[in-house]
Amino acid sequence: MKFIDEYRDAGAAARYARALAKITTRPWTLMEVCGGQTHAIVKFGVDELLPAGVTLVHGPGCPVCVTPLELIEKAIEIASRPEVTFCSFGDMLRVPGRSRDLLSVKATGGDVRIVYSPLDALATAVAQPSREVVFFAVGFETTAPANAMAVFQAAQCGVRNFSILVSHVLVPPAMEAILSSPTNRVQGFLAAGHVCTVMGFEEYEPIARRYRVPIVVTGFEPVDILQGVYMCVRQLEEGRAEVENQYARAVRREGNVPAQDLIRRVFQVVPRKWRGVGEIPQSGLGLRDEFADFDAERRFGVAHHTEEEPTVCISGSILRGLKKPRDCSAFGRECTPEHPLGATMVSSEGACAAYYRYRRLEADAAETHG
Amino acid sequence: MADDPRDDTAAGFTCPIPIATYPHVLLAHGGGGTLMHQLIERMFLPAFGGAGLTRQHDGALVEIGPGRLAFTTDSYVVRPLFFPGGDIGTLAVNGTVNDLAMCGARPLYLSVGFILEEGLPMDALWRVVQSIQRAAAEAGVAVVTGDTKVVDRGKGDGVFVNTAGVGVVPPDRVVAPDRVRVGDALVLSGDIGRHGMAIMAAREGLAFESAIESDCAPLALPVQALFDAGVEVHCLRDLTRGGLASALVEIAEASGLHVRIDERAIPVREDVRAACELLGFDPLYVANEGRFVAFVAARDRDRAVAALAAHPMCAGAAAIGEVTSGRPRLVTMRSPIGATRIVDMLSGEQLPRIC
Repeated sequence: MKFIDEYRDAGAAARYARALAKITTRPWTLMEVCGGQTHAIVKFGVDELLPAGVTLVHGPGCPVCVTPLELIEKAIEIASRPEVTFCSFGDMLRVPGRSRDLLSVKATGGDVRIVYSPLDALATAVAQPSREVVFFAVGFETTAPANAMAVFQAAQCGVRNFSILVSHVLVPPAMEAILSSPTNRVQGFLAAGHVCTVMGFEEYEPIARRYRVPIVVTGFEPVDILQGVYMCVRQLEEGRAEVENQYARAVRREGNVPAQDLIRRVFQVVPRKWRGVGEIPQSGLGLRDEFADFDAERRFGVAHHTEEEPTVCISGSILRGLKKPRDCSAFGRECTPEHPLGATMVSSEGACAAYYRYRRLEADAAETHG
Repeated sequence: MADDPRDDTAAGFTCPIPIATYPHVLLAHGGGGTLMHQLIERMFLPAFGGAGLTRQHDGALVEIGPGRLAFTTDSYVVRPLFFPGGDIGTLAVNGTVNDLAMCGARPLYLSVGFILEEGLPMDALWRVVQSIQRAAAEAGVAVVTGDTKVVDRGKGDGVFVNTAGVGVVPPDRVVAPDRVRVGDALVLSGDIGRHGMAIMAAREGLAFESAIESDCAPLALPVQALFDAGVEVHCLRDLTRGGLASALVEIAEASGLHVRIDERAIPVREDVRAACELLGFDPLYVANEGRFVAFVAARDRDRAVAALAAHPMCAGAAAIGEVTSGRPRLVTMRSPIGATRIVDMLSGEQLPRIC
């Protein structure tokens, strides 16, 4: 496929793997921030091509995984109301709440729909003025502009039966939370390319300086990731800690300025809870007061609902790069994609689900790569 | 069709049930009275009027030659009823015909059971009936018995169709998962993922640059071509829901052997790949309705590919892997960059990703 195949090329991958092996003199632990990168790494087997000392740990960048239990419960509560048409991206529907998920709300009569854009949900609201249409606005900075646009348009056009349940999170505060933890083992980051197409990478420069950590804005194809790892290890080996851009075909330093303006017009930075991690200050987006009428939590009176996270699941440690899925005693036993105990087993971008789907062999010493 | 004497009455392009009188299906069309008989006599009998179909008996009596009887059934529920490349009628014939073909059988006879929703436009039913007629003719099978029920409006989804089929397997032919052997070659009958993405696009109103058409097709002839070419066929499996991945996992588990495939060898059309990338789908799990994989003796691999490729619908046939004893009951795939991963069954449908 045009623009994709060259980044999945075995020859190019092998060349980067050789170059990486050549410059690597000691062990390094890097974190890929984005769940899309985790999925690609495990699916294509990118980590099999890395030199023995270079370890990739999987970061918190899966929006499905980090959406807190209490927000899933709020979604379930709102979606169960007879007057509500609840619209969501597909992969949120299987995320387990306390006792059920959105798919089971649908099965028991709730009007729960998969949409591909918040603007589709807005169109549904316009087409069905007697229904309360709610969109589950989940995601990092990547999905924020479209969600902001939906609210902005709803306000402009006076669509009063539309609201969004906001669970927006931001990447830089999560990286800082990981770096400032006393147990941190991450020495370099592959930053999430899609997030940076919107936000640019200026905001990562102070983090690289403050924590002396190289950050490489990286794409999502196997050759992108190998190149990102190479650039990151080269900085570490040379004692540099800078922000570099591997994904230059999509990302500029300043990002997409009109999209950022739209985000700022509709949203403000707020503290957010991350599933498995807890509350991180200034780590999310919430609607500005001016757009509070479109806040589904207020409209349906669920704002004060709180939920404690269950303790069995170690997804918090996995999302911070402290543990790998196989370190969990429940992995592949009590916890499978059919019966997920935590969110990292639900989304295909969650580290546990990716390991379960592609890597159950590894415990087996007889594994051969052939 | 042009020289078919029934053209102007039943098998032509206008619905034989007087639209002016009954533009929609009524509960009475399944009620056993005159309306139901009118539906059978004016629409179903002329369309399907094959050897065994008769209203004068409670069941069909058919001749079958020597060999073992293959017997299968499947129910068809699809939304939308009509999609690029087919409709519920073509699916209902080809799906059952293909299940018979995968047993190594020559498909012969079908039953067709309709569950109609009150209010269904009569014209839509007529289109489905015509599709069934055409697909049956193309697959060389006769519809010999049937049933119609009508459910209250809101209790169905337009039309549900059940078909059962029988076919005959020649006495010396054994095609089954337990016949798969270490060393067998896997031959895929063509590009994958078209049906699932065509339905997805039609259902969700996703407009891609080119319309992706379903691959829905009868597979009995390509299968017969393998046997005619003298290929030692051990196992056949059509790729329906769950796609290539699920079919291979089923066979690895049933045979107790290791199935190894190479991702680069699996044909996927450019537009299907692009649509999958966009939605975060893996073509390996996307549904097909006119594709199968054959497990054949290693020495017959190239002959099998050539025999299939001679059929227009299987022009993209390719050898995609082999059977080993390495990792019993598992499917592994070599990725484009040369690493190996497990191919597993999904727990449910693929769901579009957030970003």
